[in-house]
Amino acid sequence: MKLIKIILAMAGLVATPIVTIAGEDSQLTINEEPFVTSVAAPAHLENVDTIYSGWTFRTDETQALQMDDFDNPAFVFIDQAIDTFNTVDGSAGKACVSCHESPEVFKGLRASMPRVNGSGELETIPELVNNCRTERMGAEKWKWSGGKMAGMVGLIGLQSRGMTVDVAINGPASSMWEKGKELYYQRVGQLDMSCSNCHEDNYGNMIRADHLSQGQINGFPTYRLKNAKLNTIHGRFKGCMKNIRATPFKEGSDEFKALELYVASRSNGLMIETPSVRN
Amino acid sequence: MAKGVKPRVKVPKTASAGEMVTLKTLISHKMESGQRKDSDGNKIPRSIINRFTCAFNGKTVVDVEMLPAISTNPYFQFDAVIPEAGEFHFTWYDDDGSVYETKKKVEMA
Amino acid sequence: MEVTRRDTMAIGGAAVISTLIPSISVASTNDLIMGVTGGADAATSGIDLTAPEIAENGNTVPISVDAPGAVAVTILAAGNPLPGVATFNFGDGAGSQSATTRIRLAGTQDVIAVAKMADGSFAAVSKTVKVTIGGCGG
Repeated sequence: MKLIKIILAMAGLVATPIVTIAGEDSQLTINEEPFVTSVAAPAHLENVDTIYSGWTFRTDETQALQMDDFDNPAFVFIDQAIDTFNTVDGSAGKACVSCHESPEVFKGLRASMPRVNGSGELETIPELVNNCRTERMGAEKWKWSGGKMAGMVGLIGLQSRGMTVDVAINGPASSMWEKGKELYYQRVGQLDMSCSNCHEDNYGNMIRADHLSQGQINGFPTYRLKNAKLNTIHGRFKGCMKNIRATPFKEGSDEFKALELYVASRSNGLMIETPSVRN
Repeated sequence: MAKGVKPRVKVPKTASAGEMVTLKTLISHKMESGQRKDSDGNKIPRSIINRFTCAFNGKTVVDVEMLPAISTNPYFQFDAVIPEAGEFHFTWYDDDGSVYETKKKVEMA
Repeated sequence: MEVTRRDTMAIGGAAVISTLIPSISVASTNDLIMGVTGGADAATSGIDLTAPEIAENGNTVPISVDAPGAVAVTILAAGNPLPGVATFNFGDGAGSQSATTRIRLAGTQDVIAVAKMADGSFAAVSKTVKVTIGGCGG
């Protein structure tokens, strides 16, 4: 207990007690089309009344970067993904476009992922991409959070931009959703904190100089100013766990997939903003 | 040639003679500043795009000298006058000698 | 008395200010302006610089300059390891002498813009941009 107090003191964790949300009054428009960035929380959330997109917690200047697809730096990586989509790769001599007429066929997919497939497995977009690559293209797997995968997941996600997040939590998804919920509220690491300590108990407050969001993932993959590239959901989960000085689960692991399902369900009702711009 | 370098520019497809338009340009490039150190503590050498030019029908719109403090994936927004139909020519010059370019035509409205 | 994490996080107020990196002034703003003008005085009007008061992340800070009638505008960052940032040379094809870009700032410092006008005179403006140490976002 004493050790934890010292660590906390060293980490200098402070916060203003008033919940402030930077962009509360700001209206998000993307290419002049309005986007909803706050809605009533889905029924399954007990401790939160309103859910907010991560966009609302950023400074005016950062918010502006997402409002035009030519201001948004993520789009150069989307363009590269379009090139990849059209390029042959693997022993079968195929490109994505050989089977999928255009990226537009994926409209709606991102809004309901992750989901349980016919075999009862929870599947995520990177797995769908790698399955195609290895089983139908004779190509090599891409790394879960590498540039190529982040770009392609971004391109696929973009097709659902503006659609409402609607992830199934009942039926076959139920046990994995419960597991994800358990992980969300579980304290881990040297700093002994859970996702909820920051993103449910303290969203809107400052942690050192960071303005805490609700940790919604409706805008992922996201272009972060911090590393000037597209960041994936599991990549961010891993980073967060490292910040708490916990040993992160592996990207693509059952734990992160369950967590992704639960966290996605916390944003049911918000709009997909992929690819978003964040700090 | 640096890897994965791709330009992205916003240029109107049509304009009226004499119209002023706003152009937006971005190029994916790491812009290695020369300040970072590798895991052995050695400085990673500078490797950036050091110059960006934009011309319309051969006439210079803007010519930018760039130093390492320009962010990764350099972005520039500026205004150009379009006196007649023609073509924009965008060029980026890399420290390593590579030149990246893209052209966009503009027709009269 | 047991201090819970909730209590610790509730300690509010001015402590946020203490997490700002203190102002770096490796080179003085005036010296840097003189470096561009060659010693000549620079007018304080005729050039606008837009920069955030607090940069969300020092890696990517959006700024804009506007200097009607300028031939060139030089941007400097007084507290960076190297102060030079960029010089915009405007040609006859330019629709205005304005530009927007994104820059890296190593810490809280003055961002300076110096315009060279067509008649050889200069105008300069500077803005202090606060650059914060990151939080738990890493």
